[in-house]
Amino acid sequence: MKVYAIAINTFKEVIRDKIFYSLVFFALLLLGASVLLSTLTLGERSKIIEDLSLSGIEIFGVIIAIFVGIGLVGKELEKKTIYIIISKPIKRWQFLLGKYLGLSLVLLSYISVMTVCYMFFLYAYTYKLPWQTLLAVLLIYIELLTVTASAILFSTFSTPTLSASYALALYVIGHMTGDLRRLAEKTGEGGVKAVLNFVYYFLPNLEDFDIKAKTVHAIPVPADYLLMSVSYGLMYVTAILALSVLIFQRRNFK
Amino acid sequence: MIRTEGLKMEFRVGFFRKRVVALKGLTMEVGKGEVFGFLGPNGAGKTTTLKILMGLVHPTGGAAWLMGRPISDSSVKRNVGFLPEQPYFYDYLTASEFMDLSGRLFGMRKREREARAGELLDMVGLSGAKNLQLRKFSKGMQQRIGIAQALINDPELVVLDEPMSGLDPVGRKQVRDIILGLKDNGKTIFFSTHILPDVEVICDRVGILVRGELRAMGTVDELLSGTRVKSVEMTFTGVSGESLSRLERMASGTVTRGSETTATFGDPEAASMAKRLVFESGGEIISLIPHKSSLEDLFMEEVEKRK
Ligand SMILES: Nc1ncnc2c1ncn2[C@@H]1O[C@H](COP(=O)(O)OP(=O)(O)O)[C@@H](O)[C@H]1O
Ligand SMILES: [Mg+2]
Repeated sequence: MKVYAIAINTFKEVIRDKIFYSLVFFALLLLGASVLLSTLTLGERSKIIEDLSLSGIEIFGVIIAIFVGIGLVGKELEKKTIYIIISKPIKRWQFLLGKYLGLSLVLLSYISVMTVCYMFFLYAYTYKLPWQTLLAVLLIYIELLTVTASAILFSTFSTPTLSASYALALYVIGHMTGDLRRLAEKTGEGGVKAVLNFVYYFLPNLEDFDIKAKTVHAIPVPADYLLMSVSYGLMYVTAILALSVLIFQRRNFK
Repeated sequence: MIRTEGLKMEFRVGFFRKRVVALKGLTMEVGKGEVFGFLGPNGAGKTTTLKILMGLVHPTGGAAWLMGRPISDSSVKRNVGFLPEQPYFYDYLTASEFMDLSGRLFGMRKREREARAGELLDMVGLSGAKNLQLRKFSKGMQQRIGIAQALINDPELVVLDEPMSGLDPVGRKQVRDIILGLKDNGKTIFFSTHILPDVEVICDRVGILVRGELRAMGTVDELLSGTRVKSVEMTFTGVSGESLSRLERMASGTVTRGSETTATFGDPEAASMAKRLVFESGGEIISLIPHKSSLEDLFMEEVEKRK
């Protein structure tokens, strides 16, 4: 109930903000551009639309997750609105979870709207509706949930600017974990290898959430792979949120 | 209702983690039904104390209880209302949405939330603005919605941080009346302020905090009982020539307006001599006012005392 109250308030906060709409606007623009580009390029139109649109949905989703995510807690601290919340009978974990769920709800709305538009364009221009593409969308959403959790984690102990840089770095490195792993195997040296392995196991394997290439080329994605990826994502989110709560619990509000 | 024991707070600031001591072992108690004024100059540690009580910062030493339960027990907050210093609210919410959110955080039911919010917005004179976004609120309106949200749960204990600062005289009077109304309903009110004139009128007891130390605590009368008449102000007319210049020499200051002269005397003895002189020279006394030390004088004394 209290978590729900915070989540709804967070949802209102984001969707009453002009910045959110400009991001959605640009994301939609990118969808339109992918249709336009597909007419100019040789090759299968549907593949180009699918590829560009899915990437666009992901990139703008990540931007929303990071920049709105770090602001969620950061702004409450900076503007001291948190005083009136924490002085009421609500636990700090409830506050943090509410904030997280609120943004997850925003991202769900964002991704639904984008997907509907994307499928509409795709059908209108190619008369095809490849349902498997929805699986790619699902994993993009799980990825966004992971990125949001990390943005919240960083904002519990760091300034907004730094949090944004950390979260962005995490997103980029998270997509290179496979390379890190291979690099670790090649390096014989113990120290470097240990560090690389550490990074590999502790950073999220965001690459696992990327099945765009497969769905675009209609390569089947096994059900157990999907299940594994979704559970991995949710477990990662739980762990990061738990860590955030631990840090947030001890914090003094200036 | 409130009890603290040896409450200490240290902040670490800057790159070199320099120590700033905000509270040096604060021990105090506020009883049920009291209006307690927590006075002190800027930087004395008032806000820090209230933030500790509300669980916003963790003290580095000592302990505190609200209604007999330790402050770490967040369930005590069910019966507490809090208005932060220079409050800032979610400016994208309307006044009634904000009240509704506050009620939800207390786990109140919809019907109860709505009834209570309507009542309180009425009480603070904001029912006309209930559908207005908070970003459009003036400073005074912000302060009043802040008080309204603090009362949504009909709390036994109301804690207000500088409720009158930044308000004009009308706004201050409104806040004062709200506090007195709460007192009539048997609530306990603990508020911090550096605005003294209001304090004598509404407080049962006060504490004076200076540089993190409680320098004095008691009723206003108790605190001022030891103080004597500080000066006497006498206004007279019909005295002229040599007598007038003698009076002027005895006084520590005089002001003449038309035929009336107002003289201030540093002690009662000088004043009574002057009184005789006025009569003897055929003059007339219009008024004679003894000034006792005020809370303000006591406050200034405590602030200026070194250690
Ligand atoms: N978050 C903080 N970090 C560092 N110093 C602080 C912090 N909060 C308060 N202080 C210091 O503690 C002292 C007391 O501040 P405060 O409680 O705000 O006083 P008051 O409310 O009586 O004006 C001041 O010297 C202030 O500089
Ligand atoms: Mg203060």
